[in-house]
Amino acid sequence: MGLKDVLTRIPVGFLTVLKTVTRRPVTIQYPEQQKPMSARFRGRHHLKRYEDGLERCIGCALCAAACPADAIYVEAGENTNEERYSPGERYARVYEINMLRCIFCGYCEDACPTNAIVLEPIEFPTGYTRESMIYTKEMLLESPPINVPATPQRTPPGKYDRAILPFPPIDESQ
Amino acid sequence: MPILLEVTLKSVVLIFVLLTGFAYLSLVERKVLARLQARIGPNRAGPMGLLQPLADGLKLIFKESVTPAGVDKPIYFLAPVLVVVPALILFAVIPVGQGPAFQLASDINVGALYVVGVMGVAVYGITLAGWASNNKYAALGGLRASAQVISYELGMGLSIVAVVLMASSASLADIVEAQMPGNILGWFVFRQPVAAAIFAITALAELARAPFDLVEAEQELTAGFMTEYSGMKFALFFMGEYVKMIAVSALFVTFFLGGWSGPFVDQVPILSVVYFTIKVVACLLLMIWTRATLPRMRYDRLMGFGWKVLTPVAIANVIVTAFLIALGVPGYK
Ligand code: SF4
Ligand code: SF4
Repeated sequence: MGLKDVLTRIPVGFLTVLKTVTRRPVTIQYPEQQKPMSARFRGRHHLKRYEDGLERCIGCALCAAACPADAIYVEAGENTNEERYSPGERYARVYEINMLRCIFCGYCEDACPTNAIVLEPIEFPTGYTRESMIYTKEMLLESPPINVPATPQRTPPGKYDRAILPFPPIDESQ
Repeated sequence: MPILLEVTLKSVVLIFVLLTGFAYLSLVERKVLARLQARIGPNRAGPMGLLQPLADGLKLIFKESVTPAGVDKPIYFLAPVLVVVPALILFAVIPVGQGPAFQLASDINVGALYVVGVMGVAVYGITLAGWASNNKYAALGGLRASAQVISYELGMGLSIVAVVLMASSASLADIVEAQMPGNILGWFVFRQPVAAAIFAITALAELARAPFDLVEAEQELTAGFMTEYSGMKFALFFMGEYVKMIAVSALFVTFFLGGWSGPFVDQVPILSVVYFTIKVVACLLLMIWTRATLPRMRYDRLMGFGWKVLTPVAIANVIVTAFLIALGVPGYK
């Protein structure tokens, strides 16, 4: 850098920096101000229920198999008529999604035979620790419709012997 | 008032003001830097972030005080103190206002020499901290500090010599008086622009602030000499650095910006302290502005600039000043 540069360019630099003061800060004050989510953001997972309160998820772990990020962990349990979580034989006794691994691709949604796992752009998963970012079944499962009992339910024998009920599917246009 | 009591009282007040100044300077720096980079800066602790220094202090007090294995214990613990004390005692000779009420020892006749000496001692803390830490980054930071400060001290000393020649006294009180022939043009920044520029540049280097912050260059040396310091020991380094920033700004004001002088100080002496403070704050803001603007220099360029540019120019400036004074040129008498 010659003397000419020192005398011309450095003052220009100083003025450029000073001009920045008049600009509005770009900082987003996170909890109070939130950036709008990308229009193509699929959202975070929710485990859906049927209208009678039973869980749609049958613990088949197809979602876990489809997941490219290996973010889902499913452990199936056996349903009985005294303690029924979902139609058919089995339900998800443990269902966890690691939101830090998930890439929000939606493949789990596509893989699910019962439309149980659905991504909905309601809120973005946030947390202070790694542990808190592993969403458990309780956090993912939606609450049952009003005036409908939660799971487990006591059900009459023979009513739920198929894993997939002939209920109308979830409205995809929502 | 007995002299001892008076001096103690003044020192206590001075130290209190300096420590508060240090705390809020750190906040101001973060705020101003943020605005210069189109950010907001700390705004969570208290209204507008005004309690941030308190929060920082509390955090540092409650941090675990780690002493790494293999450090040279006595020196390791002494080093932070060696950084803070010179920064604080620099203020002893700086006249912060008009009249003896606002001056501690500013009329001693070796004031300028004392300043150079104390500034020289300040680097020991940094070098020893780097050496005693038993860490290669710290050692490199410490070595850089000593080389850098020795190189730039020369330029700084010579720029002060020019000022002393102009005032024909090494007492800081006299230097301020010599800049008061009625108007602002009496300030040495106008009569000694070269010395002022050299002092400003070397002061940044002495403080190891951007663009001369190679001593603690984060990207290369993690935190340089203070890599191994945590908790209150780190806070002491931090304090030393910021108090020294204030002290060097005060020196620049005293040497080149007419010290506490300004309109109506004879009628209302307290105004002199106000003027002094305003000037010091202006210098501090300039330093922060510099930090926001200039990138860090390369180490060889730093040394080259110090020895091949600043020192010769400073020597030439002293010679020219001496000639001008000997010839009795107006303004240089
Ligand atoms: S959205 Fe994709 S990455 Fe996330 S859990 Fe589903 S399949 Fe895995
Ligand atoms: S969410 Fe769907 S795919 Fe995954 S285990 Fe449950 S039923 Fe199977």
